Amino acid sequence: MEKIKTLADLKRIKENVQAKIELRERSERPGELVQVKVAMATCGIAAGSKETMNYFIDHLDKNGIRAVVTQTGCMGYCYAEPTVEISKPGKEPIVFGGVTPARAEEIIQRYLKNDELVEGIIPVNYRSV
Amino acid sequence: MQDLSAHIMDIAQNSIRANATRVEIDVDERDTLAITIRDNGEGMNEETAKRVTDPFFTSRATRRVGLGIPLLVQNAEATGGSVTIRSSPGQGTTVVALFTRSHLDCPPAGDIPGTIVLLAAANPGVEVRYRHATGKGEYSFNSTEAREFLGEVPLDDPEIVAALREMIAENIKEIQTQ
Ligand SMILES: Nc1ncnc2c1ncn2[C@@H]1O[C@H](COP(=O)(O)OP(=O)(O)O)[C@@H](O)[C@H]1O
Ligand SMILES: [Mg+2]
Repeated sequence: MEKIKTLADLKRIKENVQAKIELRERSERPGELVQVKVAMATCGIAAGSKETMNYFIDHLDKNGIRAVVTQTGCMGYCYAEPTVEISKPGKEPIVFGGVTPARAEEIIQRYLKNDELVEGIIPVNYRSV
Repeated sequence: MQDLSAHIMDIAQNSIRANATRVEIDVDERDTLAITIRDNGEGMNEETAKRVTDPFFTSRATRRVGLGIPLLVQNAEATGGSVTIRSSPGQGTTVVALFTRSHLDCPPAGDIPGTIVLLAAANPGVEVRYRHATGKGEYSFNSTEAREFLGEVPLDDPEIVAALREMIAENIKEIQTQ
């Protein structure tokens, strides 16, 4: 593949993504997005939350799961970093702790695809905004 | 923090939390390694700015210690470098960290391009600017320009994230001196 060095070199990729999005908009109901919030404060970052976030961005798409992946501040679970809050459409948000890329894969395959519960759920009375 | 990119992500999160709409990240390797993170957020008063290097200071309610800046200070000073913070309320904040690159304890750079793109992708309301200068040349990236180029295509699409990361990495590789 050719090297990408300027925004102009991104033109083909941009067009492909645009086509992908148009196709998806025609075939799916909107508002069915999974929300993934990765806690990105000092202890999270030190525990690898950047890698976790990258993993979700790459692998949700590869698994055909429509999602928005964003960052959130400290959720107060320093002992359980990286922590991730996941909201499936029409469901209460769930906070998962210790989400390494391997655990992220498990969450994608089991919780997001099959609605199975997986280990590492943190019972919360705190809700991020 | 295992590398400099993790510090950059962490210090930039302070800017986001201070409601900055612009975060500028400068990496300058021409002399000693200087990392500058400048924002136009709420800023701090003098008293707060003086206390932030103390690990027992934080404005968070979720926990009682703030470790981000103290960890940066510790890592910079371990290489014979230093951290300077300039801030005033309403004016924003500038954090400058100096590292001696040749020092054995200097952390590796880590994935700086990936960090810049994640920051831009996750914070659509924030202009993320990045400039990297070495003895060989200079490269700069601006998330607003990238968004303008992308038009309706979202910057946080995984293929776009990967392509932008590659674009920045290629340019940095080109100005790397060793
Ligand atoms: N860029 C900034 N703008 C405004 N306030 C800041 C900024 N950076 C740091 N602060 C203040 O300094 C405190 C300590 O920061 P830090 O050491 O990163 O710990 P933490 O972010 O966990 O509180 C913050 O809680 C905040 O009050
Ligand atoms: Mg912080």
